[in-house]
Amino acid sequence: MNLAKDPLNLIITGVGGQGNVLASQLVGRALVRENFYVTIGETYGASQRGGAVMSHLRISKESQHSPLIPEGQADIVVALEPVEALRVIGQYGNPSVAAVVNSRPIYPTAVTVGEAEYPSWEKIKQTIYELTRKAWFIDATEIALSFGSPIFTNIIMVGALAGTNLLPLNRKKFEETIKESFPSTHVADNLNAFERGLEMTQGC
Amino acid sequence: MSVIKKNAPGSNELLMGNEAIARGALEAGVQFAAAYPGNPSSEIIGTLSQVADDLGIYVEWSVNEKVALEAAASASFSGLRAISAMKQNGVNVASDFILNLNLSGVGKGGLVLVAADDPAALSSTNEEDSRFIAKIGDLPLLEPATFQEAKDMTKYAFELSEAINSLVVVRSVSRISHARGNVILGELPQEKKIARYDTSQIFIPVAAPLRHLALHMKLNKVREMYESSPFNWYVGPEKPELLMITSGSGWFYSLEAVRTLKLKEHVGILKIGTTWPLPSKLLAKHMANAKRLLFVEEVDPFLENNVKELAAEWSPEVGSWSFYGKSSGHVHPFGEINPDLIINAVSKVMDKPYAPREAGYGQKALEMTKALVPNRDLSFCAGCPHRATFWAIKAALKLDGRGGFVTGDIGCYSLGLGPAGFFQLKTMHAMGSGTGLATGFGQLHKFGFDQPVLAVCGDSTFFHAAIPALINGVYNKSNFVMVVLDNSATAMTGFQPHAGTGETATGSPAPVVDIEKLCAALGIRVETCDPFDLQDTTEKILDLINEEGGVRVLISRRKCALVKAKEEKAQYKVHIDPEKCLGESCGCARLCTRIFKCPGLIWNKEQGKSQTDEAICTGCGVCADICPQSAIIREEN
Repeated sequence: MNLAKDPLNLIITGVGGQGNVLASQLVGRALVRENFYVTIGETYGASQRGGAVMSHLRISKESQHSPLIPEGQADIVVALEPVEALRVIGQYGNPSVAAVVNSRPIYPTAVTVGEAEYPSWEKIKQTIYELTRKAWFIDATEIALSFGSPIFTNIIMVGALAGTNLLPLNRKKFEETIKESFPSTHVADNLNAFERGLEMTQGC
Repeated sequence: MSVIKKNAPGSNELLMGNEAIARGALEAGVQFAAAYPGNPSSEIIGTLSQVADDLGIYVEWSVNEKVALEAAASASFSGLRAISAMKQNGVNVASDFILNLNLSGVGKGGLVLVAADDPAALSSTNEEDSRFIAKIGDLPLLEPATFQEAKDMTKYAFELSEAINSLVVVRSVSRISHARGNVILGELPQEKKIARYDTSQIFIPVAAPLRHLALHMKLNKVREMYESSPFNWYVGPEKPELLMITSGSGWFYSLEAVRTLKLKEHVGILKIGTTWPLPSKLLAKHMANAKRLLFVEEVDPFLENNVKELAAEWSPEVGSWSFYGKSSGHVHPFGEINPDLIINAVSKVMDKPYAPREAGYGQKALEMTKALVPNRDLSFCAGCPHRATFWAIKAALKLDGRGGFVTGDIGCYSLGLGPAGFFQLKTMHAMGSGTGLATGFGQLHKFGFDQPVLAVCGDSTFFHAAIPALINGVYNKSNFVMVVLDNSATAMTGFQPHAGTGETATGSPAPVVDIEKLCAALGIRVETCDPFDLQDTTEKILDLINEEGGVRVLISRRKCALVKAKEEKAQYKVHIDPEKCLGESCGCARLCTRIFKCPGLIWNKEQGKSQTDEAICTGCGVCADICPQSAIIREEN
């Protein structure tokens, strides 16, 4: 399959602890299997302590790119947390960017304390619609909790990304990578989570 | 699962830079690896530890970086290839050994030191450029620019080390070590060397001036080898209007800049992988074709200043140049560099305007989102024992009322500097410095100083560097309390085991070095507490700071919440009874959500009450003890 653009720039964003790194690795590995050059730049340090995190993925048929996407050059944004979608689109968005956004907030301490406001869901959606070409909103954490654990949120969002067909990968390639990447006891649950995410965007 | 040990030459894999370095060491036939964890270097030895048993190599987490390199050097002295990896601060710790090892030389087995720097101090206290060690130590330096090079250079570093009997430094940065990219695997050798110390060998720095001279001769040999190294290359026109000279992470950013600005026909890029000693003939050849030079590197102007030194010697025979880079202000001499910075630098030098996106959209996107997006401060994880310890320290110091304060150290608990730890830490420097500083504060009573001093220190940091400070305090009869925040892991860097955890790097059982007994042997009064018992912890701190004179130690022991979550189920189910929570009208000033601030607790604005976030709460139940209305309910799971 071909890339819509070379390099294709994808940002997966969220809050430390949500499994950003694993999600970016799954997508990256699936693409390398298809002989793409993939570079992933990660935010470390903040990763386990509630900070805003991002993984930048640069996907190319031609060459290896730098692990950081320049300002305004994201083609796809996958957000595991709603305001993180806004934060990333503000810096990396452009009129043709597409976004896949989880609806469940993780409140920053500044909000819990009362020093800052968390925007309403309506306002978040409206802003994302205005700044993107296309956007999908997914109740990924709620689906994950219905499976018994919020840890599936990231895989559900990878499924949702797969369903958009924005990446040059069919569902089978993702499934093969999931099978390779988890211990056998966890494969079924993760495939299931992937499937649920995929259903949320497929054909939408 | 691990592709690191896959013997499939030619296979194309997505590897983290640190994994690529580990793989390069394996392809070189490394048999001994030792390190103290520190980001961005941790996954190098971490990766090797996962495959050590299968591949028959020895891997250890050492107590600190100096010991790690010493241990690795012994393997080299005995004929085995050995590697040590450390973050930039670690290079300082190891530097005393490095600057003698350079003179003694290494053994028949190649010895490689990987220094992983952290520009912008993303997971560090500082952003020092560790390449200085190559220059002051007269050591060959290699800087990978791609993931493939991270592997290939590491492998080559062993060959070079053996060719000249010297330690070789491979310098990486966060955007290589912690990024991922394509790597084509090479072959894994099957042969294992037998370790034996040939007693005719002597490794000493004695007759230092002569050895120093010999070292310079070694470097001249390396310079010759570097002139034709495949790690240096040029892309661009024959006579570029601008020659970019770059190393490490700067290579991809330079490429991005030239491509983005469509300047392929005008701008050339000379990528240097062998940055010390510099291949001067190669540089002269390319510099003779250009009048303007732009240096792209992280963090200090290492390449820039060293090339300028050469240029001064060559001018005017080879040419004269306009220099752009850190000293001209085109690339800032601090923090990380990134593609935007380099695109803008080239745009400025070449006078070619650049706009990252449609001006109207860019401004709108920034304005609309900035107005909505709250800051996200780092905080201790939900259920983190450090939050509880700092809560108790704060309470105890307030009750004591003499202006007591805390000297800090390096680890997750460094967040105690900010709101997460209730602003309790007043100092933070190097590993062990909190205790070192406390020994000094503890002597100041002679000059009217009457404040209690608490030094906090993690369990791994205790072993790494705090023990000498503690002994100093005992010997010199200093007056302070040390609080060991024992969470049974090197949590900040990825939960590596250490001397106190009972496990080796490769997962086999190890003797536990008992902090209590060690302190007791020093004649120190030692208390232990569970930080989740806030009252007991507070009382013990108060009692210890009130006992004037001498060194006292409190071990605040509770396993890291993230390690615990992997091993066992949550202890409690925690929820807030909306009938009991009085919200703003309580008079508690929203103690749980405004002051205690565990991310598992959130404020429900509509109801005006606190609630737990079931996706985040880890069920530690500590918050139940702070609520004056007993509205936070914990039920045994």
